[in-house]
Parts: sequence; structure tokens; C-alpha cells
Amino acid sequence: MTESPAAPHAESPAEHKAEHKAGSKADSRACWPLYEVFVRPRRGLNHVHVGSLHASDDRMALLAARDLYTRRNEGVSLWVVRSDAITASTPDERDPFFEPSGDKVYRHPTFYDIPEDVPHI
Amino acid sequence: MVTAEVAEAVPAQTPEDRFEAVIAAEQRIEPRDWMPDAYRATLIRQIAQHAHSEIIGMQPEGNWLTRAPSLRRKAILLAKAQDEAGHGLYLYAAAETLGVDRAELTEKLISGRQKYSSIFNYPTLTFADVGVIGWLVDGAAICNQVPLCRCSYGPYARAMVRICKEESFHQRQGFELLMTLMRGTEAQRRMVQDAVDRWWWPSLMMFGPPDADSPNTARSMAWRIKRHSNDELRQRFVDMTVPQAEHLGVTLPDPELRWNEERGGWDFGEPDWSELTRVIHGQGPCNTQRIERRRTAHEDGAWVREAAVAHAAKRAAEHAAAAAAAEQHTEQENGK
Repeated sequence: MTESPAAPHAESPAEHKAEHKAGSKADSRACWPLYEVFVRPRRGLNHVHVGSLHASDDRMALLAARDLYTRRNEGVSLWVVRSDAITASTPDERDPFFEPSGDKVYRHPTFYDIPEDVPHI
Repeated sequence: MVTAEVAEAVPAQTPEDRFEAVIAAEQRIEPRDWMPDAYRATLIRQIAQHAHSEIIGMQPEGNWLTRAPSLRRKAILLAKAQDEAGHGLYLYAAAETLGVDRAELTEKLISGRQKYSSIFNYPTLTFADVGVIGWLVDGAAICNQVPLCRCSYGPYARAMVRICKEESFHQRQGFELLMTLMRGTEAQRRMVQDAVDRWWWPSLMMFGPPDADSPNTARSMAWRIKRHSNDELRQRFVDMTVPQAEHLGVTLPDPELRWNEERGGWDFGEPDWSELTRVIHGQGPCNTQRIERRRTAHEDGAWVREAAVAHAAKRAAEHAAAAAAAEQHTEQENGK
């Protein structure tokens, strides 16, 4: 069972954040903020969101991320970001928000008819 | 307005319709999507219970950490216990995307309002138990968990992918441990058989009650949280395990176990479901001890959590003071 690092359904950290903001009685969240963790699996690849954790500060978040998400050489570089520092689009406005790219078919190479016998294009 | 037209072009969709359509299309529900309250509640209960199982699951084997027979076995066992802790954290994080808080879930575990897997209420009497837990208990967990990698809720499915990758090590180290013991003395072989005798039936119970007594299965399957019924998974586990037991040279303690040519699977006896009910309701051999241990660990750790917060606040204040001083310095320079 493997999940490609570039899995299209990689979780949006900000969605996570927004959820976390939704009401809760417990105060641990205020004390130990939530961090999102990004791992670069190897050189040449992007950092990819892998999950989240609670930590008291940035340094602890980095150490905990190492222990939690890279126990088996899963990465060569780590980012941790406070979840509340991420700005995200909202699912409610999903359609209108991404609408501008919907009607611009001329941005795709297949929009252009080129004769079969033209080489290398 | 273009956007309004686009929205209307799709026949008036309610959030329910969209939710059902995503499920039907085998896509994933993501944290901020609309979802039925019962779907959310089911997931929170299931993921929390799963997370609690990983955390409590460190205890039975942790019992042997200081008494492992070699440095090799100790290092392996320690790595395994760390994995269980990690699995618990992945799962708590997945549960938190549904709007609950980890501290709240821990509180519910300690106060007995949320459950964990019944299997961890049995004691680990010998070191062979460590091997049998890896082989049978983690084997059963893998059977349960592999289909969860395709669960309809994205964060849970992704946590399960990660967990399943690591779980395979757990099962293999257990089997290897048992193979080593089986190559040892007669007493060691007896120790393995004794452990198998004690863990076999509780392992079968890990899949939950029989389908007829599992009222929520149908709904969970319709929501694609669950992919197979309890009995299907139990059968799959037995079919996988019997040849492994033969290879190991142990006897599974079930006189009714025999190959059924007709349906191409192993027939097996009925677990004692009253035992499962008893253990779930707190009367297993170790229920009290497990929860007490978890509570003590949580309470004993309070000062560490507080110290970490105090340290973070102190560092933040230092940074702020340094930044203010630097700014003042710049202003003075500019003023000259």
C-alpha cells in the first residue's frame, strides 16, 4: 500500500485548520497549537503535506515531526507551519473560485489543430 | 453573473446530493465538506476508538521492553511501541479534522466513555506473547485496516495508508520471533503453543460481533467507511492464518477447524461471544489496569506539558524583546 507523494487528494492543511477552529471546549489547542507538516521525500521533489501535530513551539514541532513522520527515511527535508498561518479557499465557493480557468480551453495544447504531417510539434 | 449561471446549470443540488454523489463516485469526503451528522459522529467514534487502541496497545508489549532476551529484540520491540504511538497520533489528527480535540478524546478514554479494542485487555504472560501479538493480533489488525485505506473519509484513509505500511513490520517481526522460538527447546515450543492457545480466540473477536449482531455495519458500508462485514474479514483472517500456523508447527485451538472444499475456505468454530461482551464491558483480565496506567501516564506528564508551554512563552518573549531592541536601534541610527 503506497500513497504517491503527489497524490491528488493530498489534504489541504488549511481545511484542517478551519476544522480545528470550529468550536471546542478543551484548552490544549490554545496551549499547544496545531502545526501542519510537509516532507520533501527526496531531492528534486516538492514538499508534500503529510499530516499535522500539536507542539508547544516551532522547534518542538520540528522534532516531533521528525519522530512522527520520518521514522523510516521518508524525507530529506521538513517544514512545519502553524495551521492558523495558512489561508485557504473555502469549499462553499469552490465552483465560482476556480471558474476563471474553466472556460479558457485555449490554454491547452489540444485546442490547436495542427496538420498530422508537421513534425515535432 | 457567470458564477450564478454555472451553479444553476447543475440541477439544483442539495448538500446531501453532493455528498452522496462523491461517495458513489468513489471519491473522498474532505474535512470541510458538508456531511451528515451521523456520518461525522460514526467516524469520530470509530477513529477515536482506533486511536485509543493504538495507544493502549503499547502496554501489553511494553510489559516486556525491559525484559527482552536480547538487544536486538529490545530494539525491535521499542521501535514497534514507537510505531503504535505514532499510529495513535496519526489517528487523533484525523479525528481532529472532524472538529473534536485530542485532549477531549483522551479524557473520554480515561473516563471510560470511549472504548478501545478488546484484545488489549488480555495479559502478556511470556515473551512468546510478544511474537503471537505480532503474528495474530497485528495480522488481524492488518485484515481490518487494509480495506480502511479506501475509506470514504480522506484523512482517515490517508492515515490508514501510512499505518498499513508500518504494520507489516509488526507482523513479520512477530512471526520471525515465533520461528526462532520454535527452533529452540521443547520448553520454548510449549511456550509458543501456550501463547497461541490464549490469543487465538481473542484475535478472532477483534473483528467484532457476528454480522447478525452488528447493526451499524450496513450503514457504514453504504457510506463506504467499511468495505467488508465483520464475518467476511474474520474468514479472510482465518484463511490467511491457518497455513502460517502449519508452517510454524503450532496447533490452532479449534477442533472444528477444517478445510471446506466446496466454498474454498476454512470452517471454524464459534468464538465465545459472551466473553467478548464481558471484556468490552470492562470485565476483561486487564481493563482496570490498562486505563489506570493510561491515566497515570497522562497525569504524570502534566508538568512536562506545562513546562513546554512556559518555555515557549519565555522564548517568544525573548524574541519579541530582541526584535523591539533591534527596531529601536534602527530608529536611532536613522535619526542620526
